[in-house]
Amino acid sequence: MSAVAEAHGHEGGHASPGFYWMIGVVLTVITAVEVAIFYIPQLASILVPALLILSAGKFVLVVAYYMHLKFDSNVFVGLFMAGFVLATFMVTALIVLYKVLPPYGVVPA
Amino acid sequence: MAQAVTHDEHHYTSTGLDSWKVGFWTFIGSECLFFATLISTYMVYKGASITGPYPEEILDIPLTTISTFVLLMSSLAMVLALDGVQKGKRAGQFWLLMVILLGITFLGFQVYEFSHFVHEGLTIQRNVFGSSFFVLTGFHGAHVTGGVLWLSILLIRSLRGKLPPGKSLQLEIAGLYWHFVDIVWIAIFTLIYLIQ
Repeated sequence: MSAVAEAHGHEGGHASPGFYWMIGVVLTVITAVEVAIFYIPQLASILVPALLILSAGKFVLVVAYYMHLKFDSNVFVGLFMAGFVLATFMVTALIVLYKVLPPYGVVPA
Repeated sequence: MAQAVTHDEHHYTSTGLDSWKVGFWTFIGSECLFFATLISTYMVYKGASITGPYPEEILDIPLTTISTFVLLMSSLAMVLALDGVQKGKRAGQFWLLMVILLGITFLGFQVYEFSHFVHEGLTIQRNVFGSSFFVLTGFHGAHVTGGVLWLSILLIRSLRGKLPPGKSLQLEIAGLYWHFVDIVWIAIFTLIYLIQ
């Protein structure tokens, strides 16, 4: 087996259809929990962190198993994470800049 | 050997990785930044509208929950379609058709939502909520539309026998795109609809 073919052999491994169904069920349950949390007033105080954690869980499941990144080369992981981390940093920085910090030139009382 | 070349459409880079996949993962990385700009814009202008309708008055959570479920199930159908095509099973074509139908269903929900919002007085020019919301979800809908067209072409190719297991990379790449559109919606559903 050539080096190229050998590399291909390590790339693109997949899980079984049964496992994909299980992930689909988990994604559905997480979505149902998200919506339930949204409608329960007693959970309003933990709404934002709970929703962020749950949606992060869905994100990881889709990327790792449906996009096969868990079974693929780390090069693909690096290419995706480079964009994703930069994107997350940009969103966070802009929210902090415009929503958390006081407007430029205004001294907080 | 000639037959192997015919059926193996992989083009390897010097890393031993397929060049199409390297290129497409790079594209997906750049798409993360594209949608991050649109999400940032929505978040920065959140609560800045000086005239209604406001998000809490108009966003329909039950309806969007159903459309979110539809898109999640389309991702499940997509991996099953790829699995079927890679194994040369006809089930691959069935699941590919399901992905397309679920994608069209999601777009139907979006068209209904947009027309309902316009009927309620929320247009892209009405306020900053309308502008940032329609641009963000509109671009996402355009991506879904592109994905439906792409997958439809692959389904036609598959029905004509032009998508054998050796060429399943074409569907794998389209699948990466489809799943990416799904994870963007996961972010939109949480940040725009649920965290108001």
